[in-house]
Amino acid sequence: MSETVAITIDAAEHHVAPGISVASALLNASVASFRRSRGGDARAPLCGMGVCQECRVTIDGAAHQRACMVTVAEGMRIVTATSAEP
Amino acid sequence: MTQSCDVLVIGGGPAGIAAASRAAEAGARTMVVDEGASPGGQIWRPKLTGHQPSVARQWLARLAASEATVSPRTTVVDLQVSAPRSFIVRAERSGIPTIIGARALVLATGARERFLPFPGWTLPNVFGIGGAQALLKSGTRFDGKRVVIAGTGPLLLPVAASLSAAGAKLLVVAEQSSRARVARFAAGLWNAPATLAQAARYRAGFFGAPYSMNSWVVRAEGDDRLRRVVVRVGTETRTLECDALCTGYGLVPNTELARLLGCVMRGSVVFVDADQSTSTDGVYCAGEPTGVAGVDSAIAEGQVAGLAAAGRASDAAPLRRVVSRRAAHGRGLDRAFALRPEIHTLAASDTIVCRCEDVRLGQLDRGWSARQGKLYTRAGMGPCQGRICGPALECLMGWSADSVRPPVFPARVRTLSSPAKTGDSAETSERNHDAPA
Amino acid sequence: MTSARRADAIVIGAGIVGAACAAALARDGFQVTVLDRAFPSAGTTSVGMGHIVAMDDSPEQLALSAYAQRLWHDLAPELDPRSELDHCGTLWVAEDDAQFAAVRAKRDVYAAAGIASEILDARALADAEPNLRPGLAGALYVTGDMVVYPPGATLRLLDIARANGARVRSGEEAVEILPNGVRCVHETYHAEVVINAAGPLAARLTPGLPIVPRKGHLAITDRYLGFVRHQLVELGYLTSAHVMTNESVAFNVQPRATGQVLIGSSRELVEWEASLNRDILAQMLRRAEAFMPALGELSVIRTWTGFRPATPDKLPLIGPWDAVPGLWIASGHEGLGITTSLSTARLLVDQIVGRAPAIDPTPYWPARVHSASAA
Ligand SMILES: Cc1cc2nc3c(=O)[nH]c(=O)nc-3n(C[C@H](O)[C@H](O)[C@H](O)COP(=O)(O)OP(=O)(O)OC[C@H]3O[C@@H](n4cnc5c(N)ncnc54)[C@H](O)[C@@H]3O)c2cc1C
Ligand SMILES: Cc1cc2nc3c(=O)[nH]c(=O)nc-3n(C[C@H](O)[C@H](O)[C@H](O)COP(=O)(O)OP(=O)(O)OC[C@H]3O[C@@H](n4cnc5c(N)ncnc54)[C@H](O)[C@@H]3O)c2cc1C
Ligand code: FES
Repeated sequence: MSETVAITIDAAEHHVAPGISVASALLNASVASFRRSRGGDARAPLCGMGVCQECRVTIDGAAHQRACMVTVAEGMRIVTATSAEP
Repeated sequence: MTQSCDVLVIGGGPAGIAAASRAAEAGARTMVVDEGASPGGQIWRPKLTGHQPSVARQWLARLAASEATVSPRTTVVDLQVSAPRSFIVRAERSGIPTIIGARALVLATGARERFLPFPGWTLPNVFGIGGAQALLKSGTRFDGKRVVIAGTGPLLLPVAASLSAAGAKLLVVAEQSSRARVARFAAGLWNAPATLAQAARYRAGFFGAPYSMNSWVVRAEGDDRLRRVVVRVGTETRTLECDALCTGYGLVPNTELARLLGCVMRGSVVFVDADQSTSTDGVYCAGEPTGVAGVDSAIAEGQVAGLAAAGRASDAAPLRRVVSRRAAHGRGLDRAFALRPEIHTLAASDTIVCRCEDVRLGQLDRGWSARQGKLYTRAGMGPCQGRICGPALECLMGWSADSVRPPVFPARVRTLSSPAKTGDSAETSERNHDAPA
Repeated sequence: MTSARRADAIVIGAGIVGAACAAALARDGFQVTVLDRAFPSAGTTSVGMGHIVAMDDSPEQLALSAYAQRLWHDLAPELDPRSELDHCGTLWVAEDDAQFAAVRAKRDVYAAAGIASEILDARALADAEPNLRPGLAGALYVTGDMVVYPPGATLRLLDIARANGARVRSGEEAVEILPNGVRCVHETYHAEVVINAAGPLAARLTPGLPIVPRKGHLAITDRYLGFVRHQLVELGYLTSAHVMTNESVAFNVQPRATGQVLIGSSRELVEWEASLNRDILAQMLRRAEAFMPALGELSVIRTWTGFRPATPDKLPLIGPWDAVPGLWIASGHEGLGITTSLSTARLLVDQIVGRAPAIDPTPYWPARVHSASAA
């Protein structure tokens, strides 16, 4: 296993520790807004254990993936939401 | 993918690990599935750095040495009784639909945290208390962060210890309960590192932060993220600039799978007999879903359930005493951390109560039922399916939980559409409308 | 614009049909009391899809639903955000050339009923709905069809009724319908006009109504704005809906205002068994994936079932029930009651006050079942 894993967060490349969750990668990169609520507010992980759904991001093209339940992988593309949910 | 086994253990926390180990050792073809990347559940999930308590290491080694198959990253989304003592379980393994057939089930799905809304609780960097611990274990860095911990229950101290050890600067650990002695005692019971329990027992401060009874968070403030919290400490109100707030009001057992199977409930927990058998033949339940009582209880119950599911209930006799003794501790815990009335009045009418759908408290009418609230305002209709707002609205409005429907976690269409078994008998009726209109 | 004070009227059932009747009666000057054994929108209305659709299973069904489509357009300005009205239109999707050939005839039938529609060829269909699979033959685009959130629309209709003096009583169960009255558990109500709008339960109060529950399954996804843009229904749907004996599934997918995708539909005759039938659900989803393969990757957050109030001839029961003085029936709307709630209410009120209805009311008279069973 290499020392770091290269991922992109909203098109910016980041090198993160292998084995960490996507949620941790984003939080460590100071990303405050994982998704936008219906009212347009920034939302980020609450429960850390797959229940609250607040950490949902788009991972490798698949929308609404729970960042806290997915481990980073080389080349992973993570996109956070920038506009309010309908 | 289709698999089958004798005993399927759902949930790989302490209860599930104990159940799977005992069932496999008793000769049953055993499989344990868990959503996480590796077994361990909420407290034994391996930290990326640092090491495990010795009980955890022992049980994880015992599981590894047994013949049980471990299937991580596997989320059970639906299950049904297909014939007496025969179950079809639908799961998603890293997004891939998986069908598992089993003759007995052990439900060891653990618990989640109870959150109660207060102004600002939706801001980024407001975490659960266990939530922060889970994030820390999965690699979130808290070093140098100014952290406030505020809530109730035995989770506060161990999480304070972990965050502090990870380099966080704790500003205050606020416990709303006034029963300080019980809190400390319970924290010891709950596997807080012995030194911490000791520290807590002998003086009010530790890690440079006050452990403060009769204290709670009134509101959180910020812009795109949390900037400060307003805390009530005793009779005083303080504003603390901080980077993270960890909050939570105890645990809510995850009983969705049991309720989906129609198992009889006793209040909010699953009813089980001395063999951990539920009212549904062949379905056993262990750990938090039968009542929040801590890790030792979960291990004992898991062992009984695993043995009983493997048809060796008689071997479980010595464990039963532990189970009943621990259950009493669980009830003591509930009493010690009963919520003070102020906690119920923190949410203002414009405070969001349903985070998935942005429903505010003022949109809800006390005269409604939970179902009306849901139909009229969308509260509880979002992807968490009321897992977060449900327990909160139970406290605030007295609403009881809505019915459980599959999938118990969001699942891909193709996970629900894949045939349950080969030669799906209903297949033939699928296209009985070929004729043009 | 309340008219002169008229007699008292009781509406049993605060589903969308009862709510529409209450609004129409109250606007026409009746003193309306709505009774629901649970609460507004507790029944089938809370589990339906909310597709406002002109449906041509029979000329009578088309007449009633086309009239309804016009009434929904008239009501649109009065609806509020809760109703989630979306003018998305319907695409009736043709799988192959044989089905596509039928599209032209369908367009002419609609045109004769005053319903505008356009034929989309394969290219135009692919442009309109990029997530449909390639190779479909085309579609009929019914531009005036809509989608609403049925519980929201029901609340709005009840608000309109209340604004015109109506009372709405939740938790009030009708036990027996009397001549010009209704007996509830604690109270008996008297009124010149009584309307049985108890949905699939209507026959419990009026024995002899040939209404049976016809179960349906639905699944809803997380939010994927723009994934589906119109209500999509396969042309084979009508056959699926028409055959009363079999269980059947059809491709019927709806864009919600929330960006969610609501996936239907199934039909089964299994009495009041509300539990989810996993085989039917799986078949229904497979049928949807066959038309929209990318749907397979979307995340479903909930599934549920509901009971359509079905009649043997697939037409609702709207009109007087002669055996009980003062009693009128408004039930049996099967899978079309969200749509036809408004036309039902207008037909009923016109007949009650003796005005000429906009369409011939006789095909919907409940009396037809008497004569049918007597024969
Ligand atoms: C956040 C948190 C922190 C805690 N911290 C402590 C502590 O410090 N000390 C202490 O003594 N006790 C602690 N507890 C209590 C402790 O979890 C329990 O006492 C003990 O771990 C119970 O074990 P369990 O096996 O019942 O549940 P858990 O350890 O919660 O394990 C349940 C497992 O089931 C999995 N699961 C649930 N549903 C599904 C599904 N549908 N499909 C697949 N997998 C599923 C979960 O992902 C989880 O891994 C904590 C509890 C929580 C919730
Ligand atoms: C899966 C599914 C999909 C559907 N999709 C569509 C669609 O896309 N478009 C469409 O137009 N239609 C659709 N429908 C049909 C539509 O939902 C129904 O036709 C319509 O909701 C019927 O409304 P109702 O008011 O007659 O009945 P209900 O909504 O059932 O209302 C009856 C009310 O009467 C009350 N009640 C019953 N008995 C008593 C009593 N004794 N005393 C007092 N109150 C009583 C009940 O509590 C209830 O609130 C669908 C139905 C299903 C099941
Ligand atoms: S943080 Fe709650 S689901 Fe990921």
